[in-house]
Amino acid sequence: MSLKNSVVKKTGLFLFFTGPTLIAFISILIIPFFYGIYLTFTNWNAISQDYQLVGLQNYITAFTDGGFLTQFLITCKYVFISTFICNILAFLLAYALTRGIKLQEFMRSGFFVPNLIGGIVLGYIWRFLFANVFTLIGKNYGIEALSRSFLSDPNLAIWALIIVTIWQYSGYLMIIYIAGIINIPKEVLESASLDGAYGLKKIFHIVIPLIVPSIVICVFISLSRGFMAYDLNLSLTNGKPFGSSQLASMYVYQQAFLNQKYGLGQAEAIILFIVVAALSVTQVLLTKKFEVES
Amino acid sequence: MMKRNKIILSIVIFVLLIVFMVPFYIVINNSFRTTEKFVNNPFQLPDKLNFHNYVDAFEKMNFLNALKNSAIITVLSVSGILMTASMTAYFLVRHDWKINKIIFAILVASMIVPFQAIMIPLVKIYGSMNLLNNRWILIFMYLGFGQPFAVFIFHGFIKNIPYELEEAAMMDGASKIQIFFRVVFPLLMPVMMTVLILDVLWIWNDYLLPSLILLSPDIRTLPLSTYSFFTTYSVDFAPLMAGLVLTILPVIILYLFSQKYIIEGVVQGAIKS
Repeated sequence: MSLKNSVVKKTGLFLFFTGPTLIAFISILIIPFFYGIYLTFTNWNAISQDYQLVGLQNYITAFTDGGFLTQFLITCKYVFISTFICNILAFLLAYALTRGIKLQEFMRSGFFVPNLIGGIVLGYIWRFLFANVFTLIGKNYGIEALSRSFLSDPNLAIWALIIVTIWQYSGYLMIIYIAGIINIPKEVLESASLDGAYGLKKIFHIVIPLIVPSIVICVFISLSRGFMAYDLNLSLTNGKPFGSSQLASMYVYQQAFLNQKYGLGQAEAIILFIVVAALSVTQVLLTKKFEVES
Repeated sequence: MMKRNKIILSIVIFVLLIVFMVPFYIVINNSFRTTEKFVNNPFQLPDKLNFHNYVDAFEKMNFLNALKNSAIITVLSVSGILMTASMTAYFLVRHDWKINKIIFAILVASMIVPFQAIMIPLVKIYGSMNLLNNRWILIFMYLGFGQPFAVFIFHGFIKNIPYELEEAAMMDGASKIQIFFRVVFPLLMPVMMTVLILDVLWIWNDYLLPSLILLSPDIRTLPLSTYSFFTTYSVDFAPLMAGLVLTILPVIILYLFSQKYIIEGVVQGAIKS
């Protein structure tokens, strides 16, 4: 009797503490995730009421019809260039803003500001800059490169996205790099200076090796955010001109909600998921490796 | 470092910060001017402070309504996440059951699933039940999406709370539920701040999920109403800029008062996940 009572009591406590979490988690994440995988094997679209299983057809189409692959390669270009520049800039800012210079705290807070604001709003702010301000500067000062808007040039629209992404995230990554640099023991830096390590030598031989964990975090944050980017893409370029700046997320959205090819769109979303998941797993493995070494 | 070098570095970085702030300057400055003046010279200061654009944007965006919707959705979602996730994390840490370990492992693993991999089936499932276009469903969805990260962070924190505190309360005859709310919950405040800040910024600024769920104009959040304002009135720039300033303002005010917490929260969140 008391055993049965304690089982009932334990189950009750379990449901009380974890019930709400489990209900929300299962109905919002678990069920849609597996149902989504099932959808990728169907030819479901908005036109016909019923749909059939089509095996791997959607995955084959995603890789062979050209559309997804093209946008995916554009996304890769966007992600790798912005990750590279953003991290270098963020590191340099972090290094400069940990030297004990004037207004250090104030400037840190300042560089962080773009991060507080959603991608939709940031994109619209920059649309004025690219479409009106830069072109005006270009015309007034006879700078050929600026006189036409980046946003209407198929070769440059992706660079507009890259520029805004760097502006948006470098302050955020800077904060993480600062946390890493602050944790370097003072003695290490002092003895390095005594040994004659200054400037670039100090950065490359002392500082960078000691903040590898921060670098891993920052690089992977920028990679996975890049592959997921949507809001900024929508408000800044909307994929234009001619899809030259359309990133993978927006392509998937269009495929599903505008072209109403739900099965195909979901298959492409799953491919995107696999890319991001592979990145996350690599990050975890790298972090573990460095933890073991240090 | 030499004193002179420090001053030079200070100036260089300060100039860079000014360059960083130019976009905000352009938008704020021209929100007080006319579209015509903006097109002629976007850098010139306004002759006088003209709030006409703000009145215009305020009405066309239905600003107060959008602000109210954003506030309701953010406050309810975030308090829901903090409450349920901390309870779950506590239970998972303090009961070494097999099922608990499995639940925790699945929650952590689910963190790598991006929203884009869920959105199509999510809309399909909830659409077929006629549950879209409803604020409560959106809040419930945030509750689901917010769990993995929040449980993970609370779990890491609670593991380090000494069990003796709870044992003492148990001796006094307190129940599990009382122990959680009276002893453990107050101790969670520092980590609560981390989760609170990250979740507020995420939900307040989120566009994609609400754009799929909230369809009628009267329940739009701020990012949605900004988007529709821009797509509807794309020709007259000046009120659009006033609209952007209005949208940014609430977060900037919050930032001015809680900078330290926000930056600390962001660092903790990034490092721990």
